[in-house]
Amino acid sequence: MATLQQQQQRRDRIRLALLLTPGLLWLLLFFALPLVIIFIYSFMTNDALGRVVYEPTLNNYVTIFTQSLYVNAYWRSIWTSVLTTVICLLIGYPLAVFIARSPQQWRMPLLMLILIPFWTNFLVRIYAWQIILANNGIINGLLEIIGIGRLPLLNNEGATLVGLIYGELPFMVLPLYAAIDRFDFTLMEAAADLGANKVQAFLRIMLPMTMPGIVAGSVLVFIPTLGQFVVSELLGGAKVDYLGNLIQRLFLRANPINWPLGSAMAVLMMLVLLVLIMMYFRVTSEEER
Amino acid sequence: MSDSIAIELRDVVKRFGDVIAVDHVNLQIRDGEFFSLLGPSGCGKTSTLRMIAGFELPTAGSILIHGREMGITPPHLRPVNTVFQSYALFPHMTVAQNVAFGLEMRKKPKDEIARQVKEALELVRLSGLEERRPRQLSGGQQQRVALARALVNHPEVLLLDEPLGALDQKLRKEMQLELKSLQARVGITFVFVTHDQEEALTMSDRIAVMNKGKLLQVGTPTEIYERPNCRFVADFIGETNFIDGVVIGRDGNYTVLETPEGLRFRGLATRPLSDGTAVTYSIRPEKVRLLAPNGELPPNGLAGTVMTVNYIGSDTRITVRINDRRTIDIWEQNTRSTLDRDEYWQPGEAAVIVCPPDNALVLSE
Repeated sequence: MATLQQQQQRRDRIRLALLLTPGLLWLLLFFALPLVIIFIYSFMTNDALGRVVYEPTLNNYVTIFTQSLYVNAYWRSIWTSVLTTVICLLIGYPLAVFIARSPQQWRMPLLMLILIPFWTNFLVRIYAWQIILANNGIINGLLEIIGIGRLPLLNNEGATLVGLIYGELPFMVLPLYAAIDRFDFTLMEAAADLGANKVQAFLRIMLPMTMPGIVAGSVLVFIPTLGQFVVSELLGGAKVDYLGNLIQRLFLRANPINWPLGSAMAVLMMLVLLVLIMMYFRVTSEEER
Repeated sequence: MSDSIAIELRDVVKRFGDVIAVDHVNLQIRDGEFFSLLGPSGCGKTSTLRMIAGFELPTAGSILIHGREMGITPPHLRPVNTVFQSYALFPHMTVAQNVAFGLEMRKKPKDEIARQVKEALELVRLSGLEERRPRQLSGGQQQRVALARALVNHPEVLLLDEPLGALDQKLRKEMQLELKSLQARVGITFVFVTHDQEEALTMSDRIAVMNKGKLLQVGTPTEIYERPNCRFVADFIGETNFIDGVVIGRDGNYTVLETPEGLRFRGLATRPLSDGTAVTYSIRPEKVRLLAPNGELPPNGLAGTVMTVNYIGSDTRITVRINDRRTIDIWEQNTRSTLDRDEYWQPGEAAVIVCPPDNALVLSE
């Protein structure tokens, strides 16, 4: 005879299973299964019409590692993502401190200002940047008026970077704000009291204590940036290939389309992300210690 | 050494917007002294401490530490250390790392840091907890880490901002005595901010009582308790009976006042008062004597009726009504060990109270 406690535990387990089932089914169907398909595709090949041919091969991976088109795309995307993340951090940290240190009644409005752009579709906002950066756009209009003359601001990698930083900054600021808002600034006074100047107090106290926010923000910015293709297409002018652009092209527009190669690129991208993020966690948690 | 001045405040004013937090305070704190800043919350005591530490700058006036004008010297360059109300221990560091922080900032060699950290932790009896994190410690232990972290730097002055506020009553009493003996051992000047008058009386060599930004009285615990110089100090430190009246003359050393209903009281005035001055008569409940009536009123005696009798262990607290609108509180020490309370004062009984004029004060605002 089961004790009352055992009966209760069993009942709790059944309830938990019922509650989790819909979510698990959803994830299995729309996340795990496609991932498995992509993984399998990455070892296949295609025919002249772009159909997937079920002949196991490692050729896709060989292609990616040997052809400079693909190798360069990986490096370019990684470098751009690192740059985007670092710049977002450098802009976002002071901004988050400013908001967290504002009078209570100002914090929510200031956070809202960060969030309001999300009410507009991302594509629309990126088109808006075209208007701002275009040769006959707003900035160049101003530059002309003050006599500097028009500059090529659009359709280059700089424009891509600007768009990426603009788009990702909120994802950096929000976790940073959460971490900094929890930070007790009395600790900075304590550090100063013990002889630390502002820089020392920041590096020894505030930085390690807000590291979880930095990690969360960096990961949130880095991951979507690595796979992005919209910004480099619309602001970068699609002159150079980023990972996302290549994958998108292989899946949709190449002649013939090449899903197996695209899948291999996607699988490798996930691996790269996994490795980079694990390295990052390692470094930052050492910092914390 | 003992008569040199550790900290001097010269006409210090601190304003936050329209609010005057500290109002023209002049103060000298002696070297090696256990000095308390005492007052209710918002009296300016913490602002005063924060100005000494350098977290706030005075709006006007100057602060000197061992004769050196502090001016706008930032906190990290001042020869003082602070024990914060919330302790402000660094949660991501171990106990040892917390204590070592100040020494590291001063670029002391590693082996010397290790030695001094060990000594400081021994001083506060925390040896063996070096590798713990602050959150793994009890409130009392955190308090000791905060002390060690400050004292390890051998500051010229240690500032303590209500450091015992978060501790429970029993631990608080223990820490009071421990802090006091610690201070005597290390010989560093302690400036201790508290709103707890009993704590200030227990620990301090001298106390400064503040209210509404003003410094009201500076003196030893005995002076503050026995000779408060104004109504606020008499009221804030300990308990007292207040009776309002006007000065009607003098009787030897004593000043005589009369209440609106014509009662007369004699007491010591802290300064000469002219006739007609509105004053408050103050006498501590333990200084009033209660007698059985024997037909004739003794000098300084008043007839009354016992209203309430409350036994609280060490004392019995008795309230006596002396007329329609006045009662006097009297505390009698329970010196006899008897469980038989029947023979003691009973409510409704007639009694005579005696207010010895040497123990009574006539205070003006």
